[in-house]
Amino acid sequence: MQIDCPFCGKRDQSEFTYSGDATKKRPDHNDQDPQAWFDYVYQRDNPKGAHQEYWHHTSGCRQFLVVERNTMTHKISSVQAVGDLNKGSAE
Amino acid sequence: MSRYSIFNLVGNALSGHKNWKEAWRSPEPKPSYDIVIVGGGGHGLATAYYLAKEHGLTNIAVIEKGWIGGGNMGRNTTIVRSNYMLPENTHFYEWGMKLWETMSQDLNYNVMFSQRGVINLAHTPGQMDAFARRGNAMRLAGVDAELLDRDEIARRCPGLDMSPNARFPIVGGMCQPRGGTARHDAVAWGYARGADLRGVDIIENCEVTGFKIDGGKVVGVETSRGDILAKKVGVAVAGHTSQVMQMAGIERLPIESHLLQAFVSEPVKPLIDTVVTFGAGHLYISQSNKGGLVFGGDMDGYNSFAQRGNIPVIEDVASCAMTMFPNLGKIRLLRHWGGIMDMSMDGTPIISKTPVENLFLNGGWCYGGFKATPASGWCFAHTIATGEPHELNAGFTLDRFEKGYTIDEKGVGPVPRLH
Repeated sequence: MQIDCPFCGKRDQSEFTYSGDATKKRPDHNDQDPQAWFDYVYQRDNPKGAHQEYWHHTSGCRQFLVVERNTMTHKISSVQAVGDLNKGSAE
Repeated sequence: MSRYSIFNLVGNALSGHKNWKEAWRSPEPKPSYDIVIVGGGGHGLATAYYLAKEHGLTNIAVIEKGWIGGGNMGRNTTIVRSNYMLPENTHFYEWGMKLWETMSQDLNYNVMFSQRGVINLAHTPGQMDAFARRGNAMRLAGVDAELLDRDEIARRCPGLDMSPNARFPIVGGMCQPRGGTARHDAVAWGYARGADLRGVDIIENCEVTGFKIDGGKVVGVETSRGDILAKKVGVAVAGHTSQVMQMAGIERLPIESHLLQAFVSEPVKPLIDTVVTFGAGHLYISQSNKGGLVFGGDMDGYNSFAQRGNIPVIEDVASCAMTMFPNLGKIRLLRHWGGIMDMSMDGTPIISKTPVENLFLNGGWCYGGFKATPASGWCFAHTIATGEPHELNAGFTLDRFEKGYTIDEKGVGPVPRLH
């Protein structure tokens, strides 16, 4: 598997570290609803198919990327820098 | 169907082994059952077996989308152990170990359970301390464990690189002598045959496509071979737990599906007569009765339903194996394969009631499902039959994440790829 890093170009998967589901949005720090935190920390859609996920280019530019990958075929349909998306948070 | 014995073995040998009967029937699904188990893997079959044996319930169907032994039951590295430290795990897996010890007699099926010991290597004094702590916790709970020094490790595993100049010198290790391996297919076949003998219908090539739910209560399943009504439904489907539970209206679970690869080498003469795990990386290795070295290591590390692995982990596993046993360098790999693990967020399984009444869940086995087969089936059977968990699986609830009672054996937090 190769990931096309927007900063470095196409690089081998072994340069990256997986950081999980990118659709999860961290609740506001003052959010006191335990359900919202439970959902953020533990609950996952775990789709069989298209999955938005964080990858950290650990051995490259060290940027966090949001990759859309098919969990059945590993085909990557889009790669974006985290900064280019709406506020999200990495692991 | 007759019991297997030396007499019918001799009888069948004399007739050229042409008269063996199939080990379980292939019945058409009936319109309704008392209990339907979704998933004909080891856990589902064991559940049906213990429902029949321990609770006298036999109007049961086990529904399998593929064939018996075609999923993770045939994809593991066959290791059995109960060397856990947290009390919920220690007692649960130790009960499993006791069931393993009598399984072949109980099932009248030789599962080739071989208590050859499981040795965990330590490469630092700190690791030795951690093993002493874990071993003591195990012994306090009545589980066997022994701490081994360097010389004892060298004596038991002659192929290991014991050189003080090794990249990660071995300083000792911990052994659970009652751990070992079992023939994985035989476990699936034995439970299938045992359940079938007691009247359970095992329905292969039948995929569940939906649940029938009436007023928050499950009343049956929809399948590729028609609707089947049931008073209770148990789900034990490993890697596809999220997908199956979504059909029952449970949108999200504390589970991610990941891929784990396993490997077997060409057969060689006896080299490793125990199970050894590497302590400085991640590798577990044993030798099958056919002579093949069976081993595995880390998961691929990202969500996957692919049932096949990627190259970096193959390289990592091969280098760990070479670091431990430098004499493996010329051995060729015979096969490697992948299985889909339902990784729970705390690394501990779920055997539990669900928000849907009469629907029960058995999942989140991470990559420890094989050794748990008997205890999992036994506890799930109890949970389904009585409607409440047994003391042994009382901690394995689905709502523990919400309530703050996670059981994190490794202490790595809610990051499934690290468990």
